[in-house]
Amino acid sequence: MEFPKDLKYTKEHEWVRLDGTIATVGITDYAQDSLGDVVYVELPPEGGAVTKNEPFGVVESVKAVSDLYSPVSGSVAEVNDAIVDSPEAINEDPYGDAWMIKVEISGKGDLSDLMTAEDYQKFIEEEK
Amino acid sequence: MVAFAGWEMPVQYKGLIEEHLTVRSAAGIFDVSHMGEIEVSGSNAHAFVQRIATNDVDRVGDGQCQYTLLCYPDGGVVDDTIVYRFGADRFLFCVNASNADKVYDWFNKNNTEGALIEDQSANYAQIALQGPNAADVLGPLLDVMPAEIKHFHFVMALVAGAEAMVSRTGYTGEDGFEIYLEPRDAVKVWGALIEVGGPYGISPIGLGARDTLRLEMGYPLYGHEISEKLTPIEAGLNKYVRLDKKGFIGKDALKRQAGLGVDKTLIGFKMLDPGIPRENYEIRCNGKKAGWVTSGTMSPSLKTGIGMGYVETGCKGGNIPFDAGIEIVIRNRQAKAKTCRPPFYTIKRGMSPLARPA
Repeated sequence: MEFPKDLKYTKEHEWVRLDGTIATVGITDYAQDSLGDVVYVELPPEGGAVTKNEPFGVVESVKAVSDLYSPVSGSVAEVNDAIVDSPEAINEDPYGDAWMIKVEISGKGDLSDLMTAEDYQKFIEEEK
Repeated sequence: MVAFAGWEMPVQYKGLIEEHLTVRSAAGIFDVSHMGEIEVSGSNAHAFVQRIATNDVDRVGDGQCQYTLLCYPDGGVVDDTIVYRFGADRFLFCVNASNADKVYDWFNKNNTEGALIEDQSANYAQIALQGPNAADVLGPLLDVMPAEIKHFHFVMALVAGAEAMVSRTGYTGEDGFEIYLEPRDAVKVWGALIEVGGPYGISPIGLGARDTLRLEMGYPLYGHEISEKLTPIEAGLNKYVRLDKKGFIGKDALKRQAGLGVDKTLIGFKMLDPGIPRENYEIRCNGKKAGWVTSGTMSPSLKTGIGMGYVETGCKGGNIPFDAGIEIVIRNRQAKAKTCRPPFYTIKRGMSPLARPA
């Protein structure tokens, strides 16, 4: 299982990458593996608002429904429509092709309360 | 792995969708040792079985099995089971794991005939072998020809040298077998099936695919489509309730429902809008609450959302069971669906797709 070092992680198993004021958000390798075959994704519309620690969408496997929690607050700048049509991409490439939304962040974009790759790996070991 | 009725159960091995499609196209094996087995024997066994079960066990002969329901006097369901008829003096009920103790107690409480009732659950392991290649896989390991075991029949046979009861039954709609073994033989037979099945594309299948396979066939699952509060008549299982049979527990209540009609009825439906129906989601007819979803999933075969649920018989969809427009409330949004008659998926083979004939 991979946890790229240049990302930050949430306890709800999302990852985020900050490039200037744009935060790209997806779910982790651990999340996709726990869910199993992903068959459905619901994402917010472009221009919609997302709030840190609040649900912004839903991901469903055959068996389970999971909320997606935003690691940042801001407005949705871009939505990955490709994964709505091909949700299996989330199982195949969770950190690459299967990013979910890009958020124009409001405020300073401080991600210091999120976990590093190392912290996150420890966190999921404890959660198991 | 998940805990279920005191068992550690595999939800999936490789992946639910792949496992599901393997059963539809090749062969899968399931460890279903959690299922309970209650034996009823003795000279009064037949009279007891006829009074405790809703189906008529005289509609099958010795060496055959039958889908039947066990009901309370009010028509609610104790459990749905497959009964194996060895003879008029010996029957074996294969019951749901979570209901095994309840069924055993129910049998004892109602045993006015004085039949011998034994909980044999600990003495049986059970392996289900399902899929179009099932007979090819089992053939080389079985001391009889698979063709000799007809649909809903069973034989005592040797499987990989181990004594077993083998029935041509299953919970997937596909051709296949259920193999009852002594627990000490289970690992050996499992291994032999995997080995012989290799060239036939065999794979172990978890509980997750077991549920999606049964749901594509529209088979009821206890606690969802039927329960202590949901009767076989409401669930549309009328053909397994022989109202022409003399006195059985629940007959009066079920006869009343069958004659006067029911307030709610089980329907199948397919999603027209995107979204996956899930248990307990609200069903609406013309925007008004009409019932609830009992089981729902994304169908791996059809790649669309399918489900079953109860609707009030007064509403559209209730009295027009098929091709009626309904709505499923998914996260406060109404998604369009249409009612249809299960099975949702048509089995690709010559045999009858009905896994549960009379």
